[in-house]
Amino acid sequence: MTPNRMSQLSVLPFTAILIIFTGLPLLMVVLLSFWTFDGLEYRPDFTLANFAAVFAAPVTWKIFANTLRYAAITWAITLVVGFTVSFYLVFHVRNLKLQIGLFLLCTIPFWTSTVIRMISWIPFLGREGLFNTGLMQLGLIQQPLEFLLFSDFAVIITYVNLFTLFMIVPIFNAMAKIDRNVIEAALDAGATGFQILRTIIIPLSRTGIALGTIFVLTLVMGDFFVVRVMSGGQSSTVVSAMKNNIDQMYYPQAAAMAVLLIAVVLGMVATILRVVDVRAELAK
Amino acid sequence: MQKVKTTDGVSRRTVLKTIAGAGAGSVLGAPMIWAQGLKDVTLMHVGPSYSIFEDIAAAASADLGFKIEMQNAGTDAIMARVVGQPDSIDIADLEFWAMQRIWRSQKLQTIDTGKIAHWGKIIPLFREGKNFDGNEMSRQGTMPFEVQYADGTGFAASPNTSATMMPTIFNADTLGIRPDLIGRDITSWAELLNPEFKGKVALINVPQIGIMDAAMAIEARGDLTYADKGNMTRDEIDATIAILIKAKQDGQFRAFWSSFDESVNFMASGEAVIQSMWSPAVTAVRGRGIDCVYKGLEEGYRGWGNGLGLMSHLEGIKLEAAYAYLNWMLTGPYGAFVARQGYYSAVPETTKASLSAEEWDYWYGGKPAAVEIKDPFGTVMELPGRSRDGGSFEDRIGGIRCWNTTMDEGEYLVQRWNDFVAS
Repeated sequence: MTPNRMSQLSVLPFTAILIIFTGLPLLMVVLLSFWTFDGLEYRPDFTLANFAAVFAAPVTWKIFANTLRYAAITWAITLVVGFTVSFYLVFHVRNLKLQIGLFLLCTIPFWTSTVIRMISWIPFLGREGLFNTGLMQLGLIQQPLEFLLFSDFAVIITYVNLFTLFMIVPIFNAMAKIDRNVIEAALDAGATGFQILRTIIIPLSRTGIALGTIFVLTLVMGDFFVVRVMSGGQSSTVVSAMKNNIDQMYYPQAAAMAVLLIAVVLGMVATILRVVDVRAELAK
Repeated sequence: MQKVKTTDGVSRRTVLKTIAGAGAGSVLGAPMIWAQGLKDVTLMHVGPSYSIFEDIAAAASADLGFKIEMQNAGTDAIMARVVGQPDSIDIADLEFWAMQRIWRSQKLQTIDTGKIAHWGKIIPLFREGKNFDGNEMSRQGTMPFEVQYADGTGFAASPNTSATMMPTIFNADTLGIRPDLIGRDITSWAELLNPEFKGKVALINVPQIGIMDAAMAIEARGDLTYADKGNMTRDEIDATIAILIKAKQDGQFRAFWSSFDESVNFMASGEAVIQSMWSPAVTAVRGRGIDCVYKGLEEGYRGWGNGLGLMSHLEGIKLEAAYAYLNWMLTGPYGAFVARQGYYSAVPETTKASLSAEEWDYWYGGKPAAVEIKDPFGTVMELPGRSRDGGSFEDRIGGIRCWNTTMDEGEYLVQRWNDFVAS
């Protein structure tokens, strides 16, 4: 068996899983978005009416804008947190065991389910919640802060809570690979800390940043549950709007919206991959 | 958990007689043969959370001698399954309006009313579309009678012997309130939009139902009058959504709930003091010792009804078993179980026999509780001396002004509802 044939065989199981469980359903969604629907059953057909309806509705643009806004804010916060945490772990913690121990600490939230981590914010942030009662007892506020729960604030804080690790892991991984001699050399040549950060660490961490960005963006863009629960149903993203359609068995517009969302997310990922050649970097 | 009382001797005999009668008429002809096979039958009953109970499945299985399995799914998911995966369901437990969407798919078969022993005892609302006093009921939305009898792939305007579903439970929905946090009497749906409760109002996040609750409030306030709240025109939808968006931007709403638990938590935590609510959610809040009232309002109620449908693939012995199960569901234990969460049974007579006299007086009579009243799970939810809001069964049901429904402009409604949520 040639090495080439070997590697083909080794990717076969995953390729099969991808094709059967992701490729075919996706293809189905794409097909459905062009089919006609009489409120009960699909007819194999070719119509652009579903897309026309989706594009014509102002709400489509509003929810896409809202989803992108959530994605951008969450991305910025998780990037700063993820980068600084990784930076501290890699460059300030000298002891390898301590480093691994602290890294594992970051994963503790993942020991419980996403849903529980999300729901547990509610009694904390609520009108009669721990945070508000605490502040009121300290005399810092007179009225409970209402913006804490069922608001954009609550949505973003939950996203950050849930998704920061997806930023930490790849950035940590990329930073750990940076050759210390390069930094030593820069120091010897008289570079300042900021110069080292800007010209060495950030460029050499870019694979991790790119991967973390892909994780966070796709997770936020595909979410409906966090936004539905944490905004108290008062805010809408592409998928939560889609779910309203699906719940009422109005599938075609949901399918069209899904295709549109896939196109947008693929575009984002393609752009990131174009800026950072993840494959070449990982092969190093 | 409170024990489910099994049927008394008389009604059990009725059931057995019905099975025997049905068996004699079956294609197999010989009751003895299928009576042997009967115990191997398993029926899958798929229904919404407020209708699916393990205790009921166990009691039915014990009484009937074959296995009843229950699965919980939302009305929308059940509709989708009836159409898309009919073989995964035997008995579909659906809201009546669902018939408007899926009856024509021919995935459900008609129910021969002659094989339902208590059919004649089902309240006239379902059988004849009439109120208890013989008067017409409001037909805004989908009044169950409008889709009760089949005529081919459509519906018959007058009673016949081919039913689309066998009615089981129903209720008159209204707003839930926290009287302790409001501190005054609430008598109108208009209060839902009253700025006094700014930031403390919640709506159900189901477009078809949420918009009707809003329409009740808007009509009560006098902004708009609808020809049919249950089947709005595009203009009516637009006008309603415009009012809702304005209210939302003014900060009227605290949240929109999507699940039963959320509605309970909003009310129990005081995030909302007035909101769309289901009766079992009110009993759940009360069960926590928090004062919550399912307030009868002067503009009336929004009604709904559920029924059991037989899937088309049922035949032979399985079909006979399904009829036996349908008959069992009207014999009392199920009606009594759901009564304790505030729902009414399509055959109150048998339910009365399965409830204690005090429970009957409280839940159906609207009278002050003579003893502690417990919910279906045995938690005390009402202390002696207090009564259910809205009065008797007849008063509450007679007060229904519109019915849960699906609108002709449903897809447009969902789009505009998304607009409202995103605003």
